[in-house]
Amino acid sequence: MIENNVLVDIDALKQKAIETVKTEGLRVLICAGTGCVANGSLEIIKKFKERGIDVEPLGEDDKMTAVPTGCHGFCEQGVLVVIPKLDVTYVKVKLDDVDEIIESHIKGGKPVERLLYIDPATKNHVFKNEDIKFYAGQTRVSLANCGEINPEAIEDTLAVDGYRALYNVLKENDPDKVVDTITKSGLRGRGGGGFPTGRKWMFTKMAQGDKKYVVCNGDEGDPGAFMDRSVMEGDPHKLLEGMAIAGFAIGADEAYIYVRAEYPLAIKRLKTAIKDAETANLLGKNIMGSGFNFDIHIKEGAGAFVCGEETALIASIEGERGMPRPKPPFPANKGLFGKPTLINNVETLANVPVIILKGADWFSSLGADTSKGTKTFALTGEVNNTGLIEVPMGTTLRQIVFELGGGIRNGKKFKAVQIGGPSGGCLTEEHLDLTLDYDSLIKAGAMVGSGGLVVMNEDTCIVEVARFFMNFTQNESCGKCVPCREGTKNMLKILEKITRGEATLEDLDLLEELAVSVKDGSLCGLGKTAPNPVLSTLKYFRDEYIAHIVDKKCPAGVCTALKVIEIDKEKCKGCSKCSRICPVGAISGEIKQPFSIDKEKCIKCGACLKGCPFNAIIQK
Amino acid sequence: MSEDKKTLFINGKEVEFTNEINLLEVMRKNGFNVPTFCYRPDLKPFGACRMCVVEIEGRGIQTSCTMPPEAGLKIQTNTERVRRIRKTVLELLLANHDRECTSCDKSGNCELQKYAEEYGIRQIRYAKKKEYEPIDDANPSIVRDPNKCILCGACVRACEEFQGHAVLGFANRGSKTVVQPMAGKNLCEVDCVYCGQCQAVCPTGALTIQSSIEKVWKVVTNKEKKVVVQIAPAVRVALGEMFNLKPGENTIGLINTALREIGFDMVFDTNFSADLTIMEEGTEFIDRLQNNGVLPMFTSCCPAWVRYLENLHPEMLKHLSTCKSPQSMFSPVLKEVLPVKFPEYKRENLVVVSIMPCTAKKAEATRFEFSKDGVLDTDFVLTTKELGRMIKEAGIDFSKLEESKPDSPFGEYTGAGTIFGASGGVAEAAVRTAYEVVTGKPLSSIDIKELRGVHNRCRDVEFDINGSKIVVRVVSTLKEAEKSIQEIKLGIAKFHMLEVMACPGGCVNGGGQPRSCDSSLIKEERAKGLYEDDKNLPLRKSHENPDIKKLYEEFLGKPGSHKAHELLHTTYTDRLKGSYKDFS
Repeated sequence: MIENNVLVDIDALKQKAIETVKTEGLRVLICAGTGCVANGSLEIIKKFKERGIDVEPLGEDDKMTAVPTGCHGFCEQGVLVVIPKLDVTYVKVKLDDVDEIIESHIKGGKPVERLLYIDPATKNHVFKNEDIKFYAGQTRVSLANCGEINPEAIEDTLAVDGYRALYNVLKENDPDKVVDTITKSGLRGRGGGGFPTGRKWMFTKMAQGDKKYVVCNGDEGDPGAFMDRSVMEGDPHKLLEGMAIAGFAIGADEAYIYVRAEYPLAIKRLKTAIKDAETANLLGKNIMGSGFNFDIHIKEGAGAFVCGEETALIASIEGERGMPRPKPPFPANKGLFGKPTLINNVETLANVPVIILKGADWFSSLGADTSKGTKTFALTGEVNNTGLIEVPMGTTLRQIVFELGGGIRNGKKFKAVQIGGPSGGCLTEEHLDLTLDYDSLIKAGAMVGSGGLVVMNEDTCIVEVARFFMNFTQNESCGKCVPCREGTKNMLKILEKITRGEATLEDLDLLEELAVSVKDGSLCGLGKTAPNPVLSTLKYFRDEYIAHIVDKKCPAGVCTALKVIEIDKEKCKGCSKCSRICPVGAISGEIKQPFSIDKEKCIKCGACLKGCPFNAIIQK
Repeated sequence: MSEDKKTLFINGKEVEFTNEINLLEVMRKNGFNVPTFCYRPDLKPFGACRMCVVEIEGRGIQTSCTMPPEAGLKIQTNTERVRRIRKTVLELLLANHDRECTSCDKSGNCELQKYAEEYGIRQIRYAKKKEYEPIDDANPSIVRDPNKCILCGACVRACEEFQGHAVLGFANRGSKTVVQPMAGKNLCEVDCVYCGQCQAVCPTGALTIQSSIEKVWKVVTNKEKKVVVQIAPAVRVALGEMFNLKPGENTIGLINTALREIGFDMVFDTNFSADLTIMEEGTEFIDRLQNNGVLPMFTSCCPAWVRYLENLHPEMLKHLSTCKSPQSMFSPVLKEVLPVKFPEYKRENLVVVSIMPCTAKKAEATRFEFSKDGVLDTDFVLTTKELGRMIKEAGIDFSKLEESKPDSPFGEYTGAGTIFGASGGVAEAAVRTAYEVVTGKPLSSIDIKELRGVHNRCRDVEFDINGSKIVVRVVSTLKEAEKSIQEIKLGIAKFHMLEVMACPGGCVNGGGQPRSCDSSLIKEERAKGLYEDDKNLPLRKSHENPDIKKLYEEFLGKPGSHKAHELLHTTYTDRLKGSYKDFS
């Protein structure tokens, strides 16, 4: 319990931070998220910094400062360079472009048009983020500061009201009220389950124990998902602040962030943030003079998908093999080291400070009936704009795919989306106007999950998609319970049989029967949801399964074993180009006579298809 | 309804419960059986096999082994959903299982086989396991066949929760998950102490006992050989279970007869050498007490405990009594004395077999120290289970046999010897003798109940011996023993003698005993049987055994003599650096 209320002056702290930020002059925000770093943003930052020393920008500022930021979200357009004071966003910036940006725009006032984003619909240059549809459709709450601040400078955070929510909470000194606010806000777990966060906090607060823990689940493991990584890399202080507020509310003084070791940048920035916050007395002992102590440790995970399951995560922190434990007992009563433990996902905790600052009513005004606030999604696949987005709960799939996502690439037809990663399900055209929220997705046989959203076009084989996810879950199963360990393996075997065209309709029945048993009988969430991709695709694309089994055909032409490549004798001129291209010598014939393919030898690589000058080779 | 008596509903029937740890126990108590592979009452619930699932109103499918009972729960144990999950589990396990059932060591005693039969599995629709792993059988005690493993984790938990040093563990992920010794080594290359508790809780043939049955048949049917046998205390109260007798029923008279029918030439009782152990160990303890020897002194009867110290705490070996175990005292005495007494028993033709409740005894018998001129003192060790199987193979109707007594010259034993088979028994036997030897007076009560108990794994009892306070500590399981070792290392140990049995509850619950993992009460009943035998025997103190006295008079001189040291004491080996292989 907090004994005294001698608190620091948060306004003064903020003012000082603003002054510090001001001294930087013209700020050039350069994305230093993992995607842009891979595209060479570190060199670009370095160059901007080197040049910054002697650049005098046009206008009021006397200097220019390069600011590395977290992920801006529009990863496919990286490296992204944003200069807020000049109202400009540059996309696909290369090292060689730096001089031109400085000379032409920063010093000369003339924007570099060729580095602007071009709207695919209007073909016009777009200057500002707000005018790019990818950004315009978003409501950024948990990602609000990502791309706007330097995650490695605590002043940047403090200048935008960082740690003010924690200050308010400590000043009011009323843990019940905090829990109440979170409950009223309607915030639900963003890690996939969607359990009401306030209730979780209340259970842990009520649990008896001399010691309690807060654990942040940063073991983001869905293929293609990077929402949590972006928060940890782009705005680590917000997460730390959310954790401290949670700790205060439930009576914990120690916390762990479980991050996969594959996120080295996130780990580095979190470590820096923890150190800076401790130095500033915003974490650690006697925070802001309030008497509240809160220490945060980082635990690096080895990257097992199952460690995202809370009890497996606890086991992993304890140094045990990452295997889930049966519930009950729930972590709220008996969690880390046997003590009451609150486990929340990164995005959930990142929503906490803003709820405290803006109020439960503000938060619950965003979103749908039973799903409040916003949700981040990693939008990938066959859409024009891929990247990280944050939209209010209840946004329709159509808005995401066709407005933010800019529609399907290369004018192809929309087929389906896989939402919620390997635990989620497939949604089809008929679901385009479905609102994305916890309950409607469950009803449709999918789930919000952690927010992976893969868009598929007509060239996607749905059985292959199901096989891909099943391969993932069967590899990532911890091996503890029989339905998950053996069941997913056998589901995969049957799916492989189907994609090879060797399955019978009895196999399909067995697949469905097994899927239901695995869902029913598995120990943890991984196994319980592993059959979802199969069950949802069976529900909406049964025809495609049947085509593989009965007609021995893959309608999308993806499954290699079912492909038939033939030469149209009418069109073939007998030029022999294909036989020279063929890597296995499967094509033969006489010059100026139609050639033919030896089906025994053909490996269906498709090289001849692309090579034929007369389009005489066809794939069925 | 009183507060501690609450009720819930199983298949519509209202039943009471009190402090049961899970629904499964409540169901079993009330006659509702659910199948399970991974639940063992003495181990922490694991929830892995999913066989014990039930449907609970409002809670859906739950494993009854992990679900605590709550008042008002409405449980269905046999719904369509529940049956489908169980059948799927069975079919999946069988698909991945080496199904050569008829030639499996566990055939007829295998839970997978049993449930497959009960649930009418007649067809395995999933693809059969294709790749087979090599069998790990390079050690004298345990055979590990990974192809029969269903990954229920019972062995992993037994090793960790009983012995505290997790020799077996899970490795790899997903369908590639296996249970194996560290880094995929064989059991004889790791810190395994061969207690056999892993094998005792294994539901299938994945962990079995290294059998000596065929070797023993070969010698007992060989007319050239004189084959004698000794039977350990705990065997008599457990073997009957294999012949539909109750746990704890003392069948020693039947065992003696059965062994003669099988073809053994002479039958002896290890109870005799337990008495001999007390003479030597008691003398050693008194000597250590009176002459500033290393204290506390550890008992050395349990080979798993000895091996544990050698493997992990060689610096503690000086605490360990130099006395051999009763098995390994008796065998050299037999080989020394019988040829003298009976001219037709030539040493080179004499074979000693022991019947033990223990798998570690097999390893103990192969120790270099327990051999002479390249011949093992104990030629073969059979576990209780193996003896039961031999009796069945011989076509002996066990329960209808006439009882008989052991042979002379070592036919007498005392109650102190018989209680060696239960945790606390060695300590009690030692105190009975040591107290009297030192004080010259008998104990006020010969029954030292404070030292007894198969459930409590650590207890201290204080004795006043001529004004000195002597604390005797009894522990079972090596995990518990480790705590005492740490106390000694920290200099806070307050006990003078430490009795350690590696198996929970002592030898009655040994790794070689018939199946006892379904109930915690079986070992309790067996221990009761031993204490009952003790109570009924005319002599109850080792030093009063007339055959022991005679042995000292004729051969050994006095306890602790040069001859006694030669035959009855031993030395130990530091194996910390991994010199595991010493099997002859």
